Amino acid sequence: MAREPQLSVTRSDAAARASLSGSWVVTAAEAAEAAAARLTQEARAARSVSIDLSGVARLDTAGAWIIDRARQELAAGGASVAYAGASAAHETLIAEAQYRVFETPERPRVGPLMGFLSDIGLSVVGFGRDLAHGVEFLGQVVRAIGVALLNPSHIRLASLVHHLENFGFRSVPIIALISFLVGAIVAQQGIFQLQNFGATHFAVDLVGLISLRELGVLLAAIMMAGRSGSAITAEIGSMKMREEIDAMRVMGLDPVELLIAPRILSLMIALPMLTFIADMAAIFGALIVSVTYGGLSPEIFFARLRTAIGLNTFLVGLIKAPFMALVTGIIASVEGLDVQGSAESLGRQVTASVVKAIFMVILVDGLFAMFFAAIKY
Amino acid sequence: MNEAAGTEQGGAREVAIRVRGLTVGFGEKLIMDGLDLDVYRGEVLGFVGASGVGKSVLTRTILGLVRKRKGSIEVFGRNLDELSFEQRRAIERRWGVLFQHGALFSALTVKQNVQVPMREYLSLSDRLLDELAMLKIALVGLKPDAADKYPSELSGGMIKRAALARALALDPDVLFLDEPTSGLDPIGAGEFDELIGTLQKTLGLTVFMVTHDLDSLYSICDRVAALADRKVIEAGPIDQLLASEHPWLRAYFHGQRGERLHLAYQATRG
Ligand SMILES: Nc1ncnc2c1ncn2[C@@H]1O[C@H](COP(=O)(O)OP(=O)(O)OP(=O)(O)O)[C@@H](O)[C@H]1O
Ligand SMILES: [Mg+2]
Repeated sequence: MAREPQLSVTRSDAAARASLSGSWVVTAAEAAEAAAARLTQEARAARSVSIDLSGVARLDTAGAWIIDRARQELAAGGASVAYAGASAAHETLIAEAQYRVFETPERPRVGPLMGFLSDIGLSVVGFGRDLAHGVEFLGQVVRAIGVALLNPSHIRLASLVHHLENFGFRSVPIIALISFLVGAIVAQQGIFQLQNFGATHFAVDLVGLISLRELGVLLAAIMMAGRSGSAITAEIGSMKMREEIDAMRVMGLDPVELLIAPRILSLMIALPMLTFIADMAAIFGALIVSVTYGGLSPEIFFARLRTAIGLNTFLVGLIKAPFMALVTGIIASVEGLDVQGSAESLGRQVTASVVKAIFMVILVDGLFAMFFAAIKY
Repeated sequence: MNEAAGTEQGGAREVAIRVRGLTVGFGEKLIMDGLDLDVYRGEVLGFVGASGVGKSVLTRTILGLVRKRKGSIEVFGRNLDELSFEQRRAIERRWGVLFQHGALFSALTVKQNVQVPMREYLSLSDRLLDELAMLKIALVGLKPDAADKYPSELSGGMIKRAALARALALDPDVLFLDEPTSGLDPIGAGEFDELIGTLQKTLGLTVFMVTHDLDSLYSICDRVAALADRKVIEAGPIDQLLASEHPWLRAYFHGQRGERLHLAYQATRG
């Protein structure tokens, strides 16, 4: 419905007359800018310029800005420039959208090398702060949990059960499934490699030891970091974004006690149970593969298993679980509380939470391996 | 376009938004039941109603963010249900929306927020893109140094202003404002009203403004519509609403605060 912005310039000696017509609106801004550039070009040498707006069909703030910019550029060149034939609406619009230079404070610039070095410095400082933050937070959480345990009426049972369902019960299927598959795969590999030595049934020892000591708890903990850790970070982070945490603080409520302790406590209760389920699923997977692929009978499988593992094998895995849950929960909560105002920062914190939690889970596992080796358990 | 700014009574005025028989509900609860509303081209329509009566829901329904159960909505004479994707996009770029809570993109600075619709729909030179964004920011009364701030660094009133700047980015034909002046200081609110009035007069803008601000109703609204009992109970010039017998309207305009303003305005009008 709109005609393109158009321009015709007539010159007589020192005076120029520019007639504008068509629609000078933002949707035609490219053409309008080109026409305005032509106007400054053609009327450059003139001493007095009159810009006739009577033919302009539509004008908006963008159009007014472009026209006024041209006018001021001409005026800066020493010409006297005036508008003619502007309707009242055009005049108001041009007054509102008058061309001016906006001065925004310059941001300090840094060279690439400085930037790189300062990034390294910042990340080292950030790591140190993370550590201090984490330890401080650990103290708060332990206090909150301790207080809760000392006077059990303080335990928020409803919230604890709710989180146990979310973080524990609802992750049973996925953890059972992946543990089953990993148990089956390890058994298959063990049988396949040990066949050459005619020692197929030692595959049972392999699966039993590795599942109970390491695999079950690691799989469950990593799954928990990915599934529940990210959820905790997102929940707490979005509460932080909407000032809900601040609201709690000013009401004298302790977010650590109200939000974080129940979540961490439920992780610590849930992970040992999930580890047990993961152990059983892995051994079941191994059993299926040993019977169907390795040709062992279930009786032989269980007999081997009984000689290979003891109660301590099982406990080694289980003891680690609450510590891994604690680390995951603390990291998830700290990252959640670190969320700033933007949605982007929420995403960043959730990613950081999962990555750091998985890393720490593996680190904790390594520490325990050294510890158990030292005490020969 | 500018000719459409006239608001004379009578005659066949062009309707920008026509809502007929609109029914909207959440679950069991009906928020609107057979609601009719006309917004004429080039007018500022003030929309009032008690808190929680459904003003924001109506706005969001017209914008297509809330599903309606029954009824039809026409914008510029086209039924929104019968549009192809392309036609719908064409209509969407002709309206600008100021949400009640700002709804700025939190990962972008104010300037980038204003530039989002420009970048999306137009091909502008970088210089013009920059200048126009700064112009819009200045128009709504923000200082240039607010341009590089992120929404989380703004005050409540600044968020409102920045959101208006974004709504104005494409020089829209229709402006939806959900409580534009709440959270602004009275001077800022007055400037806001003035700006909207100026834009309406110069650009022939149609403005649908949800507001609780009696000042705005008296100073810039051509007509006022009131929502109550799941319907538009009254729509017309403010004098018509002042004369209405509906209990909510009586309480609204002739309660303590309303009456004081009413008298003040009567005095200025002589
Ligand atoms: N997504 C939703 N689901 C269920 N109910 C909703 C939803 N959105 C709004 N409501 C309900 O619809 C009603 C109208 O809400 P709306 O936000 O439109 O109020 P309002 O008139 O804009 O009030 P205010 O002036 O306070 O902004 C309220 O009762 C609200 O609880
Ligand atoms: Mg509302």
